[in-house]
Amino acid sequence: MNATTTTQSLSISQRLIAGSLALIIGVFLIAGTGFAQNMAVHNGAHDTRHAIGFPCH
Amino acid sequence: MEMFRRIFFAAVLAGAVAGLVASAIQQWRVVPLILEAERYEISEAHAIDHEQDATPAAPHLHELPEGMEPWSPADGLERTFYTVLATTLAGLGFALLMGAVSTFASIEITAENALFWSVGGFLAFSLMPAIGLPPDLPGMAGAELTQRQFWWLGTAFATGAAALLVAKLRNLAGAVIALVVLLAPHIIGAPTPPDVPADVPAHLATAYAANTLFSSFVFWLVLGAAYGWINRKLLAQETSRDG
Repeated sequence: MNATTTTQSLSISQRLIAGSLALIIGVFLIAGTGFAQNMAVHNGAHDTRHAIGFPCH
Repeated sequence: MEMFRRIFFAAVLAGAVAGLVASAIQQWRVVPLILEAERYEISEAHAIDHEQDATPAAPHLHELPEGMEPWSPADGLERTFYTVLATTLAGLGFALLMGAVSTFASIEITAENALFWSVGGFLAFSLMPAIGLPPDLPGMAGAELTQRQFWWLGTAFATGAAALLVAKLRNLAGAVIALVVLLAPHIIGAPTPPDVPADVPAHLATAYAANTLFSSFVFWLVLGAAYGWINRKLLAQETSRDG
């Protein structure tokens, strides 16, 4: 089996795994900076939340 | 893992570059307006403190009694540091999200189509949510927070879905469905703010709305271009290795 067929046969599951991982980390980062309820996190990211236009207060 | 490594590498690099550029614009155009608006917010809070019988409508960091306030960065360098950090982390988050969408939709982000990704991201995460919920300064009254967050996320999702529909289907039916999905949150309508005058002068608020949109637009332009450029390099490396 050469490298090209391996890539193709793994393609869909690879896509799902890679996409899901990126999605989870991405959502975690955006939720943490933009939507966290914790007041200390809110205060640290306060100006960013306003500047990006996330609903803040 | 190979594929995730590529997304991760491209997203981290592009997200960091775009996040830092956005930070610079925020510090120049946006943060001074926030600081100026806070002067009105704080003086309002003090006014409430002096009127013993008046209680603030909603708990707010500036209105909590002394000693009960949660951690907050000190004004100046510390506050700037955390703002740059948070904007850069949000940049990484948006970059990873864009990478994830690209992977699920199997549309690679390249230097050639980067502008479409930039415009799509800007529409989904900035402009379309902003036409219903204009970016607001500290000290401006808004509708209930969770309702606004819910509408904001729904609008971002709907706008992104509409852009993907157009990109994937490329026909009239796709365009019509996309238009309906795109407009639905605005026909439903964003939560309306209470009809009370704000503490901040109107000219600060209008300058603020325009400048946040400007900084977001530059952020998405840089993010798309950087991601596309890095990804094209990485894809070329992969092809030359596999072949």
